[in-house]
Amino acid sequence: MQVNRRQFFKICSGGMAGTTLAALGFSPSEALADVRAYKLLRAREVRNTCPYCSVGCGILMYSRSDESGNVKESIFHIEGDPDHPVSRGALCPKGAGLVGFVHSKDRLRYPEVREAGSKEWKRISWEEALERIARHIKEDRDANFVETNANGVTVNRFTTTGMFACTASTNEVGYLTQKFVRSLGMVSVDHVARI
Amino acid sequence: MTNHWVDIKNANLIVVMGGNAAEAHPVGFRWAIDAKINNKAKILVVDPRFTRSAAVADEHVRLRPGTDITFLNGVLNYLISNDKYQQEYVREYTNASFLVRDDFDFNDGLFSGWDESKKQYDKSSWNYQFDEDGYARRDPTLMHPRCVWNLLKKHVSRYTPEMVEQICGTPQADFLKACEMFAETAAPDKTMTSLYALGWTEHTVGAQNIRTMAIIQLILGNIGMPGGGINALRGHSNVQGLTDIGVMATALPGYLGLPNERHVDLQTYLNMSTPKMTGRGQVNYWGNYPKFFISLLKSFYGDKATPENEFGYHWLPKFQQMVDAMRFIEMTENGEINGFLVQGYNVVACMPNKHKSIRALSKLKFLVVIDPVASETANFWQNHDEFNDVKPEEIQTEVFNLPSSLFAEEDGSITNSGRWVQWHWEGAPPPGEGKTDSAIIAEIMMKIRELYEKEGGRLPEQILNMAWDYSKKKHPSSEEIIKEVNGKALADLYDGNGTLILKKGQQVSSFAQLRADGSTACGCWIYAGCWTEAGNQMARRDTADPSGLGNMPGWAWAWPVNRRILYNRASMDRNGKPWDPKRQLLHWDGAKWTGYDVPDFTAAPPGSEVNPFIMQQEGVGRLFALDKMAEGPFSEHYEPMESPIGTNPLHPNVVTSPTVRLFQRDAAELGNTEKFPYVGTTYRLTEHFHTLTKASELNAMTQPEAFAEISETLAAKLAIKSGDMIKVTSARGFVKVKAVVTKRVKQLMVNGQPTEVVGLPIHWGFKGATRKGFLTNVLTPSIGDSNTQTPEFKAFLVNVERVS
Amino acid sequence: MSLQTQDYLARSGTNALTPPPRARDAQLKVAKLIDVSICIGCKACQVACAEWNDLREEVGFNVGKYENPLNLSSETWTVMRFNEIEENGKLQWLIRKDGCMHCSDPGCLKACPSPGAIVKHANGIVDFISENCIGCGYCVTGCPFDVPRISSHDKRAYKCTLCVDRVSVGQEPACVKTCPTSAIRFGTKEDMKHVAEERIAELQSRGFANAGLYDPEGVGGTHVMYVLHHADRPELYNGLPKDPKINPLIGFWKGIFKPLAAVGFAVTFAAAALHYLAVGPIDPEEHDEEEKS
Repeated sequence: MQVNRRQFFKICSGGMAGTTLAALGFSPSEALADVRAYKLLRAREVRNTCPYCSVGCGILMYSRSDESGNVKESIFHIEGDPDHPVSRGALCPKGAGLVGFVHSKDRLRYPEVREAGSKEWKRISWEEALERIARHIKEDRDANFVETNANGVTVNRFTTTGMFACTASTNEVGYLTQKFVRSLGMVSVDHVARI
Repeated sequence: MTNHWVDIKNANLIVVMGGNAAEAHPVGFRWAIDAKINNKAKILVVDPRFTRSAAVADEHVRLRPGTDITFLNGVLNYLISNDKYQQEYVREYTNASFLVRDDFDFNDGLFSGWDESKKQYDKSSWNYQFDEDGYARRDPTLMHPRCVWNLLKKHVSRYTPEMVEQICGTPQADFLKACEMFAETAAPDKTMTSLYALGWTEHTVGAQNIRTMAIIQLILGNIGMPGGGINALRGHSNVQGLTDIGVMATALPGYLGLPNERHVDLQTYLNMSTPKMTGRGQVNYWGNYPKFFISLLKSFYGDKATPENEFGYHWLPKFQQMVDAMRFIEMTENGEINGFLVQGYNVVACMPNKHKSIRALSKLKFLVVIDPVASETANFWQNHDEFNDVKPEEIQTEVFNLPSSLFAEEDGSITNSGRWVQWHWEGAPPPGEGKTDSAIIAEIMMKIRELYEKEGGRLPEQILNMAWDYSKKKHPSSEEIIKEVNGKALADLYDGNGTLILKKGQQVSSFAQLRADGSTACGCWIYAGCWTEAGNQMARRDTADPSGLGNMPGWAWAWPVNRRILYNRASMDRNGKPWDPKRQLLHWDGAKWTGYDVPDFTAAPPGSEVNPFIMQQEGVGRLFALDKMAEGPFSEHYEPMESPIGTNPLHPNVVTSPTVRLFQRDAAELGNTEKFPYVGTTYRLTEHFHTLTKASELNAMTQPEAFAEISETLAAKLAIKSGDMIKVTSARGFVKVKAVVTKRVKQLMVNGQPTEVVGLPIHWGFKGATRKGFLTNVLTPSIGDSNTQTPEFKAFLVNVERVS
Repeated sequence: MSLQTQDYLARSGTNALTPPPRARDAQLKVAKLIDVSICIGCKACQVACAEWNDLREEVGFNVGKYENPLNLSSETWTVMRFNEIEENGKLQWLIRKDGCMHCSDPGCLKACPSPGAIVKHANGIVDFISENCIGCGYCVTGCPFDVPRISSHDKRAYKCTLCVDRVSVGQEPACVKTCPTSAIRFGTKEDMKHVAEERIAELQSRGFANAGLYDPEGVGGTHVMYVLHHADRPELYNGLPKDPKINPLIGFWKGIFKPLAAVGFAVTFAAAALHYLAVGPIDPEEHDEEEKS
């Protein structure tokens, strides 16, 4: 072990004040000490599945709540589910950092619109967002819907508005999306499978 | 996956090729390590780069990106010419013995039926010879010159070790070492598992890459075996589920097809979609197609679906052409698309040729992004200097950003690579005003319905007749939806003997209960059984492993019918004797097949003529793919569209795939070696998941900034040091990233020329907690696989310069 | 809670006349075993460590290698270190999880002048009790593995605690639990040595004749051990010391001056360190480089 120059300066400048105090007998020699309190003691534990890759590792999510009425639950720790036959409690660096995804600074908190040509987002209500989106879709469908093709075959399709679905969403969301797009006659549809 | 994650532990050889399991699926890879430690297995990694999978492998063999078919056909040639295959399996369980039509041929890079003027194949010659009863002719001795086996042998004979070295840049000694490892698993009691991912799919010949390995696995007798199989390690957590549910341009749930214009009515659709049996006495399970489809229509349209209106068949749209993601972007750029709803899909970051994506989105009238985090797609109109050099004032697209929940904030099921459908529970509500994805879809849907009910419009019944019988119409619960997907009896159901199977309203427990007469409803036939009268099967948590082979039949639920290993009847010979007694899954109990897994078979007794691949018309695994593939029934090496050698040593007249998906505009954006002399390839790192994890500080800390990996030879040539800023350019654009100079990337000798590979991870962008960076997909070409339309992300041409 | 409840075997800055309570020391020694040969360098351990211990390193830069964060710090208690070596035409990517070794004879504790700032638990865990830390940095000097780091924010020393808060309630450390390939194992030291033997035999059967266990005697053995494929050359793994020893200076002044008061202790050490600096084999260039990275 060498003491290099930087370390030595650290020792001198960073440390000497404290050291001197300690040396003069002000150190808390009889201070109480303890290991850090175990932080999951009464946290609520919920089982889930990692949303990143398709291994499907089991996770345990811990939130600070006993589900009493006055608390807004917030997940503060996530670790692997040891019962899970594939992952046996393990998580890769992505899964081990899930709590950072849940609390990402980039999370969206309310509906926004960016008007044509604008340089910024504008917060809007859900009601306004839904009204405007539904209106857009209806206008486009009513303008471009195709009932029959040139040969007179009934085709009932709507090509000019499309939808791409998410592959971290559940099977249930997938099925609802399937029903949604087909009920509009939409055929411009894909999901993330191809990439 | 034909098998599943834990089953990897049973393998004797683990081939990681076309993927990088240790980095992209680290926890699944634990079972590869388990096999190594507890089963004395070997790990072989075939990859252009020395990856973290290679770091713990027994052998790493390099090849040039985009040449996997050459390598694998070379392996096939080695196995066949050295008699290293499982003869009985090949004879009995594959179509090796089937006779192929006399007019089928392969010549100078093209299969028979090529029409140069139309640039497409007439596939009629890609078929068997049939007898007078319509069954395929066979020669079990494998002597007939027109049998599949002899045609295959001839087809791959051109792939000599010398040819492999010339095309792949793999030294012959390394290649032969790999061949020997494959060959060891030809023994009936040895299995190899193939772990692949997007390293195979994301090529112009992606599906054929996988098929070539499937052929190898069939002739080695490794399909249906514990520790064997052909195992797609899917990307995203529920990419398997969304594919099963068929949220794609021309798909419906359960791998049923969306009708097209030729399907003028229900009967025509059913006739064209239901395959005919082509092997005497075989099962041809897809013969049940009408049951699955009518049950789907009953699930979609409920009471509105009646025999009189063809069960609502005409409310389904009929497509003219497949509008998949790539065609959609192309059409959008052409101004043919007005609206776009994007649910958790970072289009700008993930689609090839980012500049094209930006041009396309800028032409939209409206864009709706449903996402838990701020994405490059929602913010495509923002100027971020050279990272996103756009002028917001010129972009007239109206963009909505809707905050959705993420995994922790909803109940529901997702399906892993091993087809395990696992239930999960909500731990907290989304922040702020966020809503679940299902609530957002349902609310938009209800709003549109309101407008049509109030104002009328084009074919309102298409919208209004879609069943939406949820207790909270604007917030359907996951339980309600998945029960609908599982399906139920709409009348009392009796079997052939008049015994009551299900009462009206009861959940079906298997797709075998589905009917084509409208008396059952089922949203996705392969998910039938996930929520039965016994409750939520996906939430089961029994970890017992009675076979010791890791099947865990009581954990969650696997489609189909909780089967853990597909084609498991093929793990035994025709008489029911397991190829390897240590891997016995099933046995005949005198009346039926039973054991540690759900048999993938009928009740046909041992020794019967019923073949094990019951989903196929002829019941066997196909070495010869008939007309199912775009490029041909055997796989052939075609160069990437941007080829560093500019020729195809096998047939210089046909360099690239004749059937490749390439739009005219994109053809103009292809580069050549004069300007772009190096092979670029993109990939993921362990530390990140595409562009999702960059939103998380904990993950941003571990790989904070974009980089490219180059060899020491290229670095020396261009005077680049590790940590220097470099500019990587393709015909589509440029990125500036840090250089990582490494021994893990090496110069290859290809076709007599030194060839450099430039490795380009994909995780950074102009949003997120990482250092702001370029989106790597600025560089990638917009070209697609001709079967799957998957873009080419793995082999293209770039140039590299140091930025001073 | 008082010290007594913690079953400490040793605490820093305490002379032999007032040893910690010793009656309940009959505890099984724990150990973490890191099998370098099946480590894929995924950094799950890094992230799990940061997550559990609520540490957030600043988002850094890429400097031309896979390491990130680049080094241990007060907010980074473990890092993966990557090394590419090519021998006989065969490339190996040696990846080692670096962090506190939890020495049986901890140089940091010996060097620490502040009473109770560094403790050794009866189960073998060496922990820093940061509230007692005076930031002198002697632990940095005392450590033969270059592990402790002084925070630039609060001037206290930090390092891996072996998740003592988890271990003390019967759980494994966060890094152990999360490790995808079981390259990090945890149990009694005896069991871990047994696991290591099996792994070493397996590696030898695959041609790694020099596979072996790293449990260096110079520090009395460690409670974090490595299985190495090249145990004859630990330095291949990004400079893992072949024969680590506590700085002889610490042994020297500990032996002579231990009974002395803290004042003398500190001053003496500072002088000794100065002396060492003056005569020791220092390469300032190299250290400056290290500081930057």
